[in-house]
Parts: sequence; structure tokens; C-alpha cells
Amino acid sequence: MSVGSDNMPATAPAVSTRPAFVRHAPYFIAAAIVVALAASMQFDGYVLNILMQATTFSIAVFGLSVVLGLCGQINLAQAAFFGFGAYAVGIGTTDLQMNYWLCLVAGCLAALAAGAFLGMSTLRLGGHYLAMVTISFQQIVTLVMINAIWLTHGPDGVSRIGRPALFTTSQGYLAFCVAMLAIVGYLVWHLPDTKLGRAMRAVRDNELAAGVNGIDVFRTKVSAFAICAALGGLAGGLFAGGFAYVSPDQFSFAESIVFLTMSLLGGVASPIGSAIGTGLLILIPEWLRFLKSVPGLYLAIYGLFVILIIRFMPDGIWGFVAAALDKWRTKIKTSPATKTLQLKPAMVGGDIVLEVQGLAKHFGGLKAVDNVDIAVRRGGVHALIGPNGSGKTTTLNVLSGLYKATSGRILLDGVDITTMPPHQRTAAGLGRTFQNIRLFRSMTALENVEIGAERPGNTMIGAGGGAALTERAMEALTFVGLGSRANEPITSFSYGHQRLIEIARALASNPTLLLLDEPAAGLNSTEKLELHELLKRIAAQGLTILIIDHDMTLVSEAAQHITVLNFGRRIADGESMAVLRHPDVVSAYLGSE
Amino acid sequence: MDLVLQLLFTGIGIGAVYALVALGFVLIFRATNVVNFAQGEFSMVAAYLMVVCVEMGLPYWLSFVLALVGMALLGVIFNLGVYYPLRHRTYLPVIIATIGASILLANSVLAIYGPQPQVLQGWFETPGIQLGPVYLDSQYLLIIAVTIALVIFNYWFFEHTMLGKKLQATSQDKEMASLLGISVSTMIMITFIYSAVLGGLAGILVAPILFVSIQMGSTIALKAFAATIIGGFGDVAGAIIGGLALGVIETFGAAYVSVPYKDGFAFLVLVAFLVFRPQGIFGERVAEKA
Repeated sequence: MSVGSDNMPATAPAVSTRPAFVRHAPYFIAAAIVVALAASMQFDGYVLNILMQATTFSIAVFGLSVVLGLCGQINLAQAAFFGFGAYAVGIGTTDLQMNYWLCLVAGCLAALAAGAFLGMSTLRLGGHYLAMVTISFQQIVTLVMINAIWLTHGPDGVSRIGRPALFTTSQGYLAFCVAMLAIVGYLVWHLPDTKLGRAMRAVRDNELAAGVNGIDVFRTKVSAFAICAALGGLAGGLFAGGFAYVSPDQFSFAESIVFLTMSLLGGVASPIGSAIGTGLLILIPEWLRFLKSVPGLYLAIYGLFVILIIRFMPDGIWGFVAAALDKWRTKIKTSPATKTLQLKPAMVGGDIVLEVQGLAKHFGGLKAVDNVDIAVRRGGVHALIGPNGSGKTTTLNVLSGLYKATSGRILLDGVDITTMPPHQRTAAGLGRTFQNIRLFRSMTALENVEIGAERPGNTMIGAGGGAALTERAMEALTFVGLGSRANEPITSFSYGHQRLIEIARALASNPTLLLLDEPAAGLNSTEKLELHELLKRIAAQGLTILIIDHDMTLVSEAAQHITVLNFGRRIADGESMAVLRHPDVVSAYLGSE
Repeated sequence: MDLVLQLLFTGIGIGAVYALVALGFVLIFRATNVVNFAQGEFSMVAAYLMVVCVEMGLPYWLSFVLALVGMALLGVIFNLGVYYPLRHRTYLPVIIATIGASILLANSVLAIYGPQPQVLQGWFETPGIQLGPVYLDSQYLLIIAVTIALVIFNYWFFEHTMLGKKLQATSQDKEMASLLGISVSTMIMITFIYSAVLGGLAGILVAPILFVSIQMGSTIALKAFAATIIGGFGDVAGAIIGGLALGVIETFGAAYVSVPYKDGFAFLVLVAFLVFRPQGIFGERVAEKA
């Protein structure tokens, strides 16, 4: 929901060659200084409590910045996960007399497991399910905390909670919590640049496109949700040790809303925003203590805050600042790749790359695709044409797994992919573009293409390190003629160029078969000529293309083989010129006399 | 057996309330493609309005009318303040804004009225009638009767009036509807007013059975949402069947399993449906097209 501005890819080679621990040394030095300060400064009890709260809450809010900011999924039960960690340490160190560290880990794992379970039961469905299920879960956890007195001591809560032997003083424990905050903050800050982080951002921007680019959408969402829950559990465990007392009202739905407001206020996309929001929302109520004298008043104000932030400042305070800073940053022009993009489509199967047998897709009574056979020969351009509504795009969607086939078989290089989800088909070697462009809109052109390059099973990126990905993506962008604009955000490209970026994204993954869904739609005549040239250059490297288009000039010149659909059925199939002269095809397009 | 019949009656009565709120959910979802998380607060606010009016000494029927007029106004404000400015954004900001609105409404009432639950008298003097082994509470009878009447009204309104057809057209394809000269923003406004009144009606009807409290909104909303999933998201008949089913399950659960965890049954049923039959009893609309 917001643009991560902190993810400018490393472009100057001098930067990327230095190892990460050297580049990030200033962060760790600063963190060490803050930890030392926390350990040595003499705070009075009041300040200490506020710092302890701010530190532990920040970690919980980092969790929200992963799930909501990075992955675009909502979690309204963060206080419940926070409670898992807090009660694990609370009950563990008192009633069970267990080691603190063991309890802390157990709390994280319990939160992680609960988060993963909730995610797995809900994340296949739309986002509002998740919102309601997390609210329900939050209510259940509160019910259990209050009613399972044998376990949780009920409304009285758990007191005299222990701390680890290393950090028995409040000051020492605070320093420990600050150190944890610094470590978790570092990990969350760099998550967007990892494979999982990129997948999360892709899922947030466009789930369908993420799937056909080889990302397991469901697993990515569950991972984000589980990470968020685990961070909540960690924060809760630290909190319990800090305050030595926990009770159910500290982990209620209202607290989940407080976490959410903190995250939104600071800026959901980055851990800096999370920390800012947390700090402000802990300090402001302290300054305005009179608000707390009227029950409900400060939560009512939080509610109003949420509405106003969403409306007027969707990226939060830090998002606002970061956007302002971005304007000052000079646009780095990238130098196009010097090596030409190598397409080495896999050659394991026989002469036929894609074999479709008796494919059907019915929507209720409507037979959108009915008993269609297609055989795509290796190394050629194969066109699928037909009048509007003939079932072309439906066929493509069944091929790439966005729709389940009603019946029939799809073989890619001899492998049966009929029942695979989209990301597995991509891993098996399928690449595609969309008729209505589906790029990841909060990212740069380069980042988009990198996600394509990261396809599981792509042999062209070696071990798949960051540098190899960038190199491959730059080659693909250069191949389509956009190498010098790699660092620009998607929104600054024209419609025609966005199409080219989508093609580059598919090419970077080095597919065995490229599906192009009406690539010429909406292009002007110059752009169409460029597209034609591009198709020739792709075909020249031996990559097989299956193209859908309405532009008969393009189709007849580019394709050697044409399959024609009408009303969901195949009406002609064969060598281009012969098919275009076929009487059934002529009558389907022009009507019969 | 007598107990079973008695529980069945109570369950259907309470389920009818969930069904009414669920109906409000579904109508807004169909018109705007977002779930209004403040739907339950509509019920809560209406119940408080009713309490205020009755305490001022107004006759019951007049209080009832005033409370519903108040809800219609709230529907207008809600649409203009929460939904309308965000209508071109994705669903996530809208969901978060409605959650914010729900927190704002609940806690504003808490700040104004305090945490003590209020009591609202039932509509009738007679507490109920004995029918064989089953005691029929008059308020439950009223709830069931109103729900039946509203379901019939709803059917007539959406299928047989021009306004209802315009609303349906808007929910199915906003662009096409506006090309046909339907004012989409007016239709959405009407939907919010209607849903607020429906939610309010449910709140007023259920208030004499439960206490009027700040929490009643979120409790009812969760049950109603579970009801819509059980029935099949976005389906009007599904919402009603789901609501009734949930009311019955919950009543039997409280009687035979556990009272303190009564509110947890909805969640268990919800998760069971999400795992085993996410499309609900009546099936859901198909996923996004590529």
C-alpha cells in the first residue's frame, strides 16, 4: 500500500563489491552506543518503564511492518501474539520454574505456530477474511486468558515474572531489550532485499503477476504472517520480563488496534516508521494524561487517527519524510549492460514443446474453451487467434494455471503441468505477459525484472546472488531497449514501454516457452514495428513463443504456425498462410455470404 | 426433548439478529466490494440512541423511529467520512478505515455514556406465551417476525422496484451502471443508509435480550461475519441461513458444552468452514479475472 523508498538497488559497482558487514558497520556501531547508553545512564523508574515499553512494543510493530507494509496483509491480533510470548515467559518462569531463555523461545514458537495456522486456514481467501479471522482469534485468546484460570491465573494475571540471570537489574534488562530491538530492526530493514522480501513485495503489488513469475503466493503470505506473529511473541516475552507482571487486559483487541495505529502513524513500510509511530503513541498519551481519565476517549482519538492517516497520509510520517528526501536524491542513470541477453531455453523434450490435449474450461454452462488441441513446435512462433470471445485468453489462463482446466491435459516438455499451481508451472519453464499489464507498481523497472530472473530453476543466474540477478535483469532490460532507465519507477514509463518491461521480466527468467497475451494491443505503429523486431530477436535465440494477437500483419509475418479458435473450439490449425486462407477462418472473421 | 425445542427457538431468535446484521454486511459488500467492519457498531449506536430516547420519556414507538432516523444519518456521515474519500483505493485502506471508524464509534459512546451496561425494556408488556412445552418469549417472537418481514421486503425491493434494480446494477458493474445514467454515488449512499438502518434495527431488537453495552457491536459483528462466511460470502440467502445456523449452534453449545466460551463457538465454526468449505453453503463469487 505504500512505496518502499528504502530499496534503491545497489547500482554503482563500487558499493556492491564491499561486503555487507563493512557497509552496515555504522549501523552496528550506532546500535552498540545506544545499548551502552541504555546500560549506563541512570534513569528513574518512570522513564525506565516508558523506554522498556517503547522498546518491546517497537519489536511487535516491526512485525506489522512485515505483514502489512511489505506483504500487504492485515493482522488485527498482534496483541494476542504478543500475549503468547508474555504468558509463555510469565507462566514458564513462575509456575513451571523454567529457564527464561527456554520460555522466550517457546513463546516465539507458540506465536509462530498460531500465526502459521491462522494464515494457512485463511490466506488462500481474500483479505477481509483475514481481518475478521484475526479479530475472532484475538477475542478467543482474550477469552482463554480470562477463563482458563488453572493456566493463566485468570483476570488476576501472572506476577513476579523472572528475568535471565545475566540481566537481573532493570537497567541491564533494558540494555538487553534495546540490543534485541537493534538486531530485529536490522533484519526487518534488510528483509526487502532478500528473496523472501522481494516475493512479499511482489505479492503485495500484484498477486497474479507474482504467481506467474514463480512466486509461491500462498507460502509467501503465510511466511509473512508467521514472521509477524513470531516477532509479536518475542516482543511479548521481553515485555513480561521487563514489567514482571502480565494480565489479560494488556493483550486485548484494543491493544491490537494500538499496535496497528502505531504502525500506520509512523509509516507501515519501514522499521524506522514503526519505531517513530511506537514512540509517539507511547509518549503522547503520557503527555496528555487527562485523556486517560475519561474511559474510551483516547481510543476514540486513535480510531479517528486511523481514519485520518489512511485518508491524508497513507505512507505515515516516515513515508512522508522519505518521499521528500527522495526528491533531493539525484536520479542515477544506469549504464546498459554490455553483454547481450542469452536465452538458453531448456531442450530436454522432443520436437513438441507444449502439447495441449482435449483442453476444456467451462464456467457453469458456458463452454469458454471446449476440447482444444494445440501442439507448439520447438523454436518457432506459434499464434493463437480468433475473434473476440473465442476463448484465447481463457486458454492462456488455463495454460499458466490461473484457471483450473475442466478437463484435458497440458504437457510442457513432456512434463504434465495440468494440475500445477502457477508458480510451479513457471518453475517448469513457462513465462508469460498479460493483456492488461501487470507489473509490480511500487518497484523500479530493474526490481520488476529481477523478480522474473529469480524464477526457481533459472539456470542463467548461477547460484542466484544479488549481483547475478541484477546483471541478468540489466541484460534483459537492455535487450528490450530500456537499459538506461532501469532505476526509474514503473509509473514513469509509457504504456508501450511497460509492455516491454513485462516482456523483459519474462525473458529474464529464461523460460522454455513464452506466452504473449496480445502484446501489440494499445501500441502505436512505430511501437508495433519495434515489437516485431523484438520478437524476431527472441525467436532467433531459439525461444519458442505462443502469441495471441489481433494484429493480423504481426501474426502473419511473425508466426509460422497458427491455431484458430471460435466459440471455444478449434476451427483451424496449420501453416500460417494456409490457415489464413481457410474458408472457416475467413467466415469467422468476416462472416459468410 | 422439551429443552431441545426451547433451545431451538432461542437459537433461531438470536440467529435472526445475526442474520439482519449479516444482511447489512452483504449489501455493502455487494455495492462497494469492501467489508464494513463498523457494521456491528451500527447496532450498538442504535441501541444507545434508543436508551437515550426512552430515558428522556419519549414513547417507545417514537424512540424507535428517532433511533432509526439517527441511524440513517449515521449511514450518510459514515459514507461521506469513511468510505467515499477512499473509493478509488484498494480494499486494504478501506478496511482499515472502517476498523478505525468502529473503534471511534465504540469508544466515543464509552466516553459519553460510561462503561455501565444499560437496560432497555422490551416492546411488549406481556413477557411471552407458553406453547405446549416451549415458552415463547415475546421479544424473540418479534425478532423472528421482523426478520421474516424484512427478508420478504428485501426480495420485493431488489427484484421488483426500479430503485432496487438500479442498486443491483450498481453492485454488479459500476462503470456500466453510470453509463446508463444511474448515479453510482447516490446508489452507494442509499446502500449505506439502508445497511445502517438494518444494523440499527437489529441492535434495537436484540437490546432487551442482551444488555446494551459497548461490546455488543463487535460481538454481533463477528457473529454476523461468521454467518456470511458460513452462508457463502456475498450471498443474501446465505447470510440469513448462516445467521440462523450460527444462532442455533451457539445456543446449543452454551447449553451443552460451556457458557464462558459461548462466544468462541462462532470462531470454531468459522475456521472449520474456512478450512473445509471456504465457499460456504451457497458458494462464492469467482475470483479475480486475469
